[in-house]
Amino acid sequence: MKISLVGNPNSGKTSIFNRLTGLNQKIGNFPGVTVDKKSGLLKTSKGSHHILDLPGTYSLYAKTQDEQIVYDILSDPTHADYPDRIIVVADASNLERNLLLFTQVMDLGLPVILALNMSDIAAKKGVVIDYEKLSEVLGGVKIVPVNARTGQGMDQLIAETVSEDSNIPGSSFIEGEFEKGHFLITDPHRQKQLVEERYRKINNILKFVVRQEPTKRSMLKRQRMADKIITHPLLGFVLFLGVLMVIFQAIYAWAEWPMDLIDTLFLSLSQWVINNLPEGVLTSLIAEGIIPGLGGVLIFIPQITLLFAFIFILEESGYMARVVFIMDKIMRPFGLNGRSVVPLISGVACAIPAIMATRTIENWKERLITIMVTPLMSCSARLPVYTLLIALVIPNQTIGPFKLQGLALLAMYLIGLLGALLAAFVFKWIIKAKQKSFLVMELPYYRMPRWNNLAITLWEKVRLFVFDAGKVIFSISIILWVLASYGPGDRIQQAVDKIPEPVTQEDVNAYEKKVASVSLSNSYIGILGHAMEPAIRPLGYNWQIGIALITSFAAREVFVGSMATIYSVGENFEADETLIQRMRKEQNPETGKPVYNLASGLSLMVFYAFAMQCMSTLAVVLRETKKWKWPLLQLIYMTAMAYLAALITYQILK
Amino acid sequence: MTLDSLKLNQQVTIQSITENGLTSKLTDMGLYPGKSVSVIFKAPFGDPIAVDIDGYTLSLRKEEASLVEVQIG
Repeated sequence: MKISLVGNPNSGKTSIFNRLTGLNQKIGNFPGVTVDKKSGLLKTSKGSHHILDLPGTYSLYAKTQDEQIVYDILSDPTHADYPDRIIVVADASNLERNLLLFTQVMDLGLPVILALNMSDIAAKKGVVIDYEKLSEVLGGVKIVPVNARTGQGMDQLIAETVSEDSNIPGSSFIEGEFEKGHFLITDPHRQKQLVEERYRKINNILKFVVRQEPTKRSMLKRQRMADKIITHPLLGFVLFLGVLMVIFQAIYAWAEWPMDLIDTLFLSLSQWVINNLPEGVLTSLIAEGIIPGLGGVLIFIPQITLLFAFIFILEESGYMARVVFIMDKIMRPFGLNGRSVVPLISGVACAIPAIMATRTIENWKERLITIMVTPLMSCSARLPVYTLLIALVIPNQTIGPFKLQGLALLAMYLIGLLGALLAAFVFKWIIKAKQKSFLVMELPYYRMPRWNNLAITLWEKVRLFVFDAGKVIFSISIILWVLASYGPGDRIQQAVDKIPEPVTQEDVNAYEKKVASVSLSNSYIGILGHAMEPAIRPLGYNWQIGIALITSFAAREVFVGSMATIYSVGENFEADETLIQRMRKEQNPETGKPVYNLASGLSLMVFYAFAMQCMSTLAVVLRETKKWKWPLLQLIYMTAMAYLAALITYQILK
Repeated sequence: MTLDSLKLNQQVTIQSITENGLTSKLTDMGLYPGKSVSVIFKAPFGDPIAVDIDGYTLSLRKEEASLVEVQIG
């Protein structure tokens, strides 16, 4: 049996879905659109049933792409997902608005059950519902009061849903608007009139069905009080800033050790393979291609998990809607909306979870702009690059109480933010809007997050990333490995043969570093680095930097490791000759001046601030937009922006 | 008088909603002629605004609220 779950956003529909299916869930796509299809299996003693969690909607008349899915499925009996049964989840504390959708679904003439959720909140508001009478006036539909938080009423809901009774409503609520498989009204004006008519009829019914008990209204009072503080012109922003700092700190600090752990684990795994498998191409592929490739995917899991745990808490508690509310006006001039704030800020930690978090933006144009500009925010992977270059070219001086190097780092973050806002402003004019920007949004009640949904939500996000974006990241890692390990013919071997063999045991280490350096600069990537030197010379770079630019496409921080390999020094800065010392010595063969000076160093930092040097982000953008067009456009515009900005920086300062 | 120009906590009744691409969204969210509502708080720059509809809070931009014609009482 195919069962569809329909309901308003914030009605607890997803909680009910989780209760019904447990971990038997999968996420796919509805063909042709960027809407996730959440489906699962309900296992009962009599067999299993397919449950489809349709996107939340307030009405069958769609306003967004997500809502259109609900319309498309319920109006088309030939649709593969056309249901045999519908469960409408409604918020009992806000019956009028929730019954609008229910009565529309009811008029489709399909077997339908009304699950009345959140009766606890209704009770706190003093709302007493006569379920029998409600069922009677709705043509005898089955009504099951449930509490998704405690699981109360779920057994009854399941029993009623899978029962043999047809559960088809005895009569239509409003005649002539919907019919099984047909939506009869297409004129928007008439649709609106019918919605109003429904509301008036619902309003009349509720007068008989719902009794308002006198309460102190303390619950509403507390809610209003919280809103006064949280949306206060000063306190509201201070609070939001505080929340951001906690999230930011957590992603930076708490994600560090599991990331280091994953890193170490995969490094030792590679080492183990090298030590224990026979030397050869296959071993090399496993140790230097496959294992680091997998590690490169899994390394993002801690940050994704943490960010989504925070977003889950913000969303579930009702706070997120208030953030959107207070930030909307500020974001609007840039073609963004209040919902863009969290992805943008999260981008400072890592663009990957940030881009995944843009799902909460309903307006496609605003979501797309947010996706396109988020990678300009300076993510944590840029930090090693900035740290190295700042130490290299910014003098260790103080200006007043501030260290010049610290100010330079701050400036890099500001440049990223300004770049993102500027790009958003430009995209506002380029991307065509499919729908007018609007913000008509429910501010749900503040409440405790439902913790049992947290694990399922996190598992869902991690799985999406690992299996969807992970495939692309993994493939590109392997390609990069091949290009960095092989050169045309025996070019690498010939170059390595020219290095004098180590004489003493002490020389072996230096010899191995030299071999690695020569191998890389004679590989395909090395050749590419040499070949692009004319293009990057105006930016103040040499071919060594060219190579590092290509290898760090896997991840920006690879820049540091690649520079270390190229200059045949260890990555360990405590070693005798550090990478910084070695880079300082590097001279331009034509001018005899140092290669890494203020001009080229800053130019390189600016380049890294803007360039799309992250294939993982591109893979996630592809996943989220479902079209190659957007990640490619992003790669092109960010590279162009980086090149121009670096060119200007170098040419002014040199 | 329209919904965007109200003082806080002023109880009003919706008269009509100007036709526009958004009208139907506003109606879906529970704003329809005859409904009694009030503006309960505003975002820091006075926009968007938050409206109370039977104890549930709806936020909308001033631009959207200006489509809603209301009468005091």
